[in-house]
Amino acid sequence: MDVTIKQPVAAQPSIQEHGETVALALRNLSVFFGDNHALKNVSLDITAKAVTAIIGPSGCGKSTLLRALNRMHELNPGARVEGEIRLFGDDIYSRAVEPVIVRRRVGMVFQKSNPFPTMSIAENVTVGLRLNGIGGRKMLAERTEQSLRMAALWDEVKDRLHAPAVSLSGGQQQRLCIARALAVQPEVLLMDEPASALDPLATSKIEDLILELKKDYTIVIVTHNMQQAARMSDFTAFLYLGELIEFDTTANIFASPSKKQTEDYVTGRFG
Amino acid sequence: MTAPNHRWRNFKNTLMQTIAFLCAILVVVPLFLVLYHLIKQGFSSINFAFFTQLPKPVGESGGGMANAIVGTFILLAQAAVFGVPVGVLGGVFLSEYGSSRLNRWIRFAADVLNGVPSITWGMVVYALVVVPMHGYSALAGGIVLGMMMIPLVMRTTEEVLQLVPGGYREAALALGIAKWRAIVQIVVRTALKGIITGILLALARVAGETAPLIFTALGNQFWTHKLTEPISAMPLQIFAYAISPYDDWHRQAWAGALVLVMFVLVINISVRLLTRDRFHHNT
Repeated sequence: MDVTIKQPVAAQPSIQEHGETVALALRNLSVFFGDNHALKNVSLDITAKAVTAIIGPSGCGKSTLLRALNRMHELNPGARVEGEIRLFGDDIYSRAVEPVIVRRRVGMVFQKSNPFPTMSIAENVTVGLRLNGIGGRKMLAERTEQSLRMAALWDEVKDRLHAPAVSLSGGQQQRLCIARALAVQPEVLLMDEPASALDPLATSKIEDLILELKKDYTIVIVTHNMQQAARMSDFTAFLYLGELIEFDTTANIFASPSKKQTEDYVTGRFG
Repeated sequence: MTAPNHRWRNFKNTLMQTIAFLCAILVVVPLFLVLYHLIKQGFSSINFAFFTQLPKPVGESGGGMANAIVGTFILLAQAAVFGVPVGVLGGVFLSEYGSSRLNRWIRFAADVLNGVPSITWGMVVYALVVVPMHGYSALAGGIVLGMMMIPLVMRTTEEVLQLVPGGYREAALALGIAKWRAIVQIVVRTALKGIITGILLALARVAGETAPLIFTALGNQFWTHKLTEPISAMPLQIFAYAISPYDDWHRQAWAGALVLVMFVLVINISVRLLTRDRFHHNT
């Protein structure tokens, strides 16, 4: 299939309401893996304290875009970025900025829950602090409870904080991973299909949680699930073959998309 | 499709299965033969004196291998000191750092080293350590066993680190944890039992080495507490006694061999217990 629609390079029309803060500003962002141009010239503004969904068929660059936001793509040998990303005004690709610092400000939750098997529930929550040399015993205990409460897991695990993390169910493990990401108090939370490996009940718990979290956090979520994007997000970006086809409020993307391709995809005609 | 055809096929099938089964039995038979003879010949010679006394001079009966037993432990301790850090860090490099091109060469070199005859190691350390130091020494013996451990430990460390799912590395890095800390505190910690298993197996492997020690530790009939002096080791003592013309020494050699095999067996069983626990632990 040949894509002829080109994204205008400059002046992405702002869809933010007046007075809303931009958490992440992407300008002409391209990501290359060796010779593979995986993400092409993407410009968009991600609103603070809102949920932005990235949708598109497999291999369209959703995860690449997400991972470029906290420089996780750099783990792939041969990865290279052009363009600019500003996190609340700070250029995250500036030479002076360490990826470690970016990742403390922009946390991430993965598709497959991955609590550390050698650690207890409580140790998992505080690992990001402890291994960065932060915190005394009291502060860590407070942060453990606070993060687990935010992740809606506290009531289920408060009596067995020192049990192995792998003793939890799949959905609980994923919420533990969210608590772990929250414990380092990031400004932005990236989620790469956080519920795709979970059963419907666990999925709905994660979705409720995300809606709760957006009061305090900027959330960017990659999802394969169109209904999930429609239910949860305030803004939606549709990617296809590495290009940003359309970016708008979720209501507009699903009700009256301006591009034919977007309409075809969200109505399930392809992808 | 006629019946005789079937019968011929069934016969071939049964025949091949029987041959394969006999081959499998053939693998196990030597182990039991060795154990049987060791216990039969060696058990009666194991007594308190064997573990507490020095070898007696020619002509006197009795005595023991106390110095050789302690010597083996001293040599193994040194081997661990030299071999484990280099082997483990090398394995970490192969698994977590380095380019695939470079790593392919290092891996190949390690595999070649694993196949080098042990007497060659002895000659190398003789030239590198014994000659410059003007004499055989416990230190040279520890170094040669340590060098033999390095490629073994390196490859097993790499393999068990590779078994740690990449998701843990990503999760750690996404929390803003520095790479080296993520490796030490999360990846290595997750694989720790496997790494220890590799170290124990490498120790068990070099514990019975004789040829490289002939060129380095040499052997000693007496106690020694200096690393710069020749030291006794169980394989050396067994070798010396076994080729002697005296029945009493032959009995001591059997006893020594039995103790050494038991020692290696204990290590292997501990490894079994360790790994069994690991399978229970993992999900």
